[in-house]
Amino acid sequence: MMATTPRIIGDLAVETDGLVKTFGTTRAVDGVDLAVPRGSVYGVLGPNGAGKTTTIRILATLLRPDAGTARVLGHDVVREAAAVRRRVSLTGQFASVDEDLTAGENLMLLARLLGHSRRRARQRADELLMAFGLTGAARRQAAQLSGGMRRKLDLAASIIVTPDLLFLDEPTTGLDPRSRSHLWQIVRDIVAGGTTVLLTTQYLDEADHLADRIAVIDHGRVIAAGTRSELKTSVGSAGLRIRLLDRAQRDRARDLITSSHGITVHDEPDPAVLSARIPAQQHAEAAGELAAHTLGQLAASGIGVSDFALGQPSLDEVFLALTGSQPRPAPVDAGAIA
Amino acid sequence: MTAIAQRQRPAPASPVAASVAFAWRSLLKIKHVPEQLGDVIGIPLLFTLLFTYLFGGALAGSTHGYLQFLLPGTLVLAVVFITVYSGVTLNKDLATGVFDRFRSLPVWRPAPIVGALIGDLGRYLLAAGLVIGLGYAMGYRAHGGAAGVLAALALVLLFASALSWAWTALGLVLRTPNAVMSIGFVILFPVTFMSNVFVDPRTMPGWLHRLAGANPVSHLVTATRGLMAGTVTTAQVLWVLAAAALLIAIFAPLTVLLYRRK
Repeated sequence: MMATTPRIIGDLAVETDGLVKTFGTTRAVDGVDLAVPRGSVYGVLGPNGAGKTTTIRILATLLRPDAGTARVLGHDVVREAAAVRRRVSLTGQFASVDEDLTAGENLMLLARLLGHSRRRARQRADELLMAFGLTGAARRQAAQLSGGMRRKLDLAASIIVTPDLLFLDEPTTGLDPRSRSHLWQIVRDIVAGGTTVLLTTQYLDEADHLADRIAVIDHGRVIAAGTRSELKTSVGSAGLRIRLLDRAQRDRARDLITSSHGITVHDEPDPAVLSARIPAQQHAEAAGELAAHTLGQLAASGIGVSDFALGQPSLDEVFLALTGSQPRPAPVDAGAIA
Repeated sequence: MTAIAQRQRPAPASPVAASVAFAWRSLLKIKHVPEQLGDVIGIPLLFTLLFTYLFGGALAGSTHGYLQFLLPGTLVLAVVFITVYSGVTLNKDLATGVFDRFRSLPVWRPAPIVGALIGDLGRYLLAAGLVIGLGYAMGYRAHGGAAGVLAALALVLLFASALSWAWTALGLVLRTPNAVMSIGFVILFPVTFMSNVFVDPRTMPGWLHRLAGANPVSHLVTATRGLMAGTVTTAQVLWVLAAAALLIAIFAPLTVLLYRRK
């Protein structure tokens, strides 16, 4: 594990050590170590069945771990479950609202349970419906709401009393792009109010958009953790991508870059495009210099460039590299295919 | 969006307040999905009408005479039958995400179940009211008067609530609502029919007579008949209270234990 997680004692919202949960013969969670700093959005990223939901259910005191310890906001999730429940909120993977009740009734019920008076509960429900643009849905049954509205209701229900820590289990699975970005904005607003968010997702762009720090989890284990750019750098490289004006010049351009910089240049499926990985050992400035130099060389040799990009690898590439698949069919030499 | 933060943290609802809130939820669900009352309305009406007119002539010489004997029995039968829905509803509820949220709240953990059982009293009351109303329309008269009828009603509801705990335990063990319903009815049919609901057990073979005599449903029917006819004895009522206490003592802790393990 290439963890670069800083350990600031006492300042962690979530801290787990060797968390294990077994269902029958399946080790759903197999030694998860997490350290989530307060006040951030922490993304737990992994494919289906990686153990994300089980981890969240343990942290929200819904499941007891078979081994290992977990502390949430300083409280042990097994021995001090009641204290944890007072300060966290959970938005489950499937909308955790009562489908038969109206949006307003759902919020009222939870507000009552959280200790508000009848009058204050109604007031709080109205406030939240307004803030989430759900006023029109107040008297409609949750089952009749669109997926996006139900998710918003779900989030509203989670912040009736603003929690110190909010668990979001795949908050935007199955939503259209507009609802997704709206939900992301709501999550940012909640974080701005001082709440720490622990988010699971299988969407890399969601982690990329929202999360300050990310743990990649696979087969019940954390296989990498760090900030976005730490993760990106860890898989190795910055990417260079060049589109030529004239595809006929591609062979010449490739040879030129290869010979002067000693890096491997790939032909992309698009016949006018070349790409290259700049090794991680090189500093960011070095990658920039290399790119600038390459551009100069190409211009001097009369090779026109229509498009040029230098950037970090996408989280997709990081994720696929970490979980063992290749981000794209790797360039293989003919000899490797028997 | 600044309105969304609320740092004020009231003390969470007490066990009683939480249970009442969940009972409110049950009643709201009935309001929004009234079709779930189909069985609660159908079973009492069918039992009262069918058994009176099918068996009355053969068993008691006249439907009117039989109704006088049968009605307290169908009252028990109708209410006891629909107790199984407590387990069905809980099982259905658990499959939805909302129970995860309830369980992650800082309230007394069994509150959702206790609240649902309180809400179920509304369904039992409806079923019982239908049997008594229909019975009166068909010519039944309770010689125990209004007080007797109300006392009978209270006793039946108490026993039904106690029995509901058995179904909630079953609802936590089985996988699907349908399984809860099937197994529930497979248990309920012999337990309710092998009793004194329809006929005097003295007409039964010896072994069945003894079985029917020991059946708590028989005790409930005897006490209900006694209360409604004004001839009840303390012992009859005590038998029912003891049976209810036993059901609760076994199945309430079992339900809570199973629920915590879920």
